[in-house]
Amino acid sequence: MTVKQTSRLSKAVESIQPSGIRRFFDMASTMDDVVSLGVGEPDFSTPWNVCEASIASLERGHTSYTANAGLPELRREIANYMDDRFNAPYDSETEVLVTVGASEALDAATRAIVDPGDEVIIVEPTFVSYAPVVTLAGGVPVPLAVQKEDEFKLTPEALEAAITTRTKAVMICFPNNPTGAVMTESELQKIASVIERHDLLVLSDEIYAELTYDGEHTAFSNLSKMRERTVIISGFSKAFAMTGWRLGFVCGPEDIVGAMLKIHQYAMMCAPTPAQHGALEALRNGRETLERMIESYQQRRNFIVQSFRELGLDCHQPGGAFYAFPNVASSGLNGEAFAEKLLLEEQVAVVPGNVFGGGGEAHVRCSYATSLESIKVAIDRMDRLMQKI
Amino acid sequence: MDAKSLEVLRILENNGRTDIPTIAKMVNLGEDAVSAIIRQLETDNIILNYQAVVDWSKARESEGVTAMIDVKVTPQRGVGFDEVAERIYRFPEVQALYLMSGAYDLAVVIEGETMSEIAAFVSEKLSTLDEVLSTTTHFQLKTYKHDGVVFAEPKTDSRNVVSP
Repeated sequence: MTVKQTSRLSKAVESIQPSGIRRFFDMASTMDDVVSLGVGEPDFSTPWNVCEASIASLERGHTSYTANAGLPELRREIANYMDDRFNAPYDSETEVLVTVGASEALDAATRAIVDPGDEVIIVEPTFVSYAPVVTLAGGVPVPLAVQKEDEFKLTPEALEAAITTRTKAVMICFPNNPTGAVMTESELQKIASVIERHDLLVLSDEIYAELTYDGEHTAFSNLSKMRERTVIISGFSKAFAMTGWRLGFVCGPEDIVGAMLKIHQYAMMCAPTPAQHGALEALRNGRETLERMIESYQQRRNFIVQSFRELGLDCHQPGGAFYAFPNVASSGLNGEAFAEKLLLEEQVAVVPGNVFGGGGEAHVRCSYATSLESIKVAIDRMDRLMQKI
Repeated sequence: MDAKSLEVLRILENNGRTDIPTIAKMVNLGEDAVSAIIRQLETDNIILNYQAVVDWSKARESEGVTAMIDVKVTPQRGVGFDEVAERIYRFPEVQALYLMSGAYDLAVVIEGETMSEIAAFVSEKLSTLDEVLSTTTHFQLKTYKHDGVVFAEPKTDSRNVVSP
């Protein structure tokens, strides 16, 4: 597929590859009886009060565009939420933007700050779209692989080493997809000092912030001198089980959010109106359901990590998100070979760590956003595979 | 009650068959500790019983009849509603009994094989109690949801098998 066609397509598009997840998706979707730990979204349905609020908004005829930046009352609720939950106050009129998922937010934030040739450090392993988004914006993605020995946390030394005179920004994601790693406030403050010293910006993907199990999540903008340098990217997909609604938001300094609003108004106009009404209900009355879901994820995390360790897999304790990221080296295989064998021989779908960039080659990502029954079946089958190898 | 006991309770309320090794892993405790918690919950009569939620309409030809009966009664000096409640809940046909606020006093849930069986219970056993002033019987036509469990077809996972 990398054969160069005539120059009909842009060089930027030609230079990026489809996501490595695609191959596993294609393989797994043709098979029967697949137990999947490969799903990067909640297994819960959207809480019914949220669905109902959205349905009611349609019945009342709220079907037109909203303001480009999103419903004013939703932006106010988001600002309240950021303040109440993470002690990170934002002005709802100038510093909050409602987007079509965190994915659009990531793209718009990148386009808002990157000029051709600007380098953006991407802390890997991480969500698959960061590097392509930077490339499409004309920037240069600079992968920075974190290490298992550091529990997949970013160290100030590693960050320092990756910075050049062309570095514009750093993209981070904690709690992390795929590693589940979280960073404490004091660990993040050391990163913030490096950011400050080199005059960089931070795109902080905090979509999994609510799914932090041990300790409290720290909003990157709350670190000393980081408020003016940080764009927080978040959304409703993971915490409120609203993936298909495509609703995200950003909080950041006025100039960057203003620039993103320009991109958003020309590219998207506004986020879907019924989804915004649902999100309003999620923020106003969603806390109880959210906490039930968090408890359930946490129990399944405890279960799956301990079970992996009993299988002889080296698995660090993920502090957040809904992924375990075991090292499969004890099987004698790398992550990709292990995942393929597991799928073909035992019909269990996991995602090889290498699709999330450097640092994850010896690992597979196992989502525990699936029923405990499915997790147990998957573990039995993995056990069988481990016996065979 | 401590947080771990509450967590164990929620797990068992959701699925009473969750075994001790599984619960131990879920709440990060040893199996002995979980056994002790459950024993204590049982001893304290916080966990009273373990039952299956059964959709009888799929299990046998006659799915039986369930009725909910609103009962107005005269409370008794000194014991209030408790004595008449006991006289009612002792009947094995009575599946549930609640003291209610509002237009009537006791809500009785009763199960039988046929409507006439239930009619007989109401006219011969319930209405004849001295304290009972009146009854209103509602027959249940279909169970959509019971004890938090939806009785429709089991939900299938419609998510993509692999996603980023």
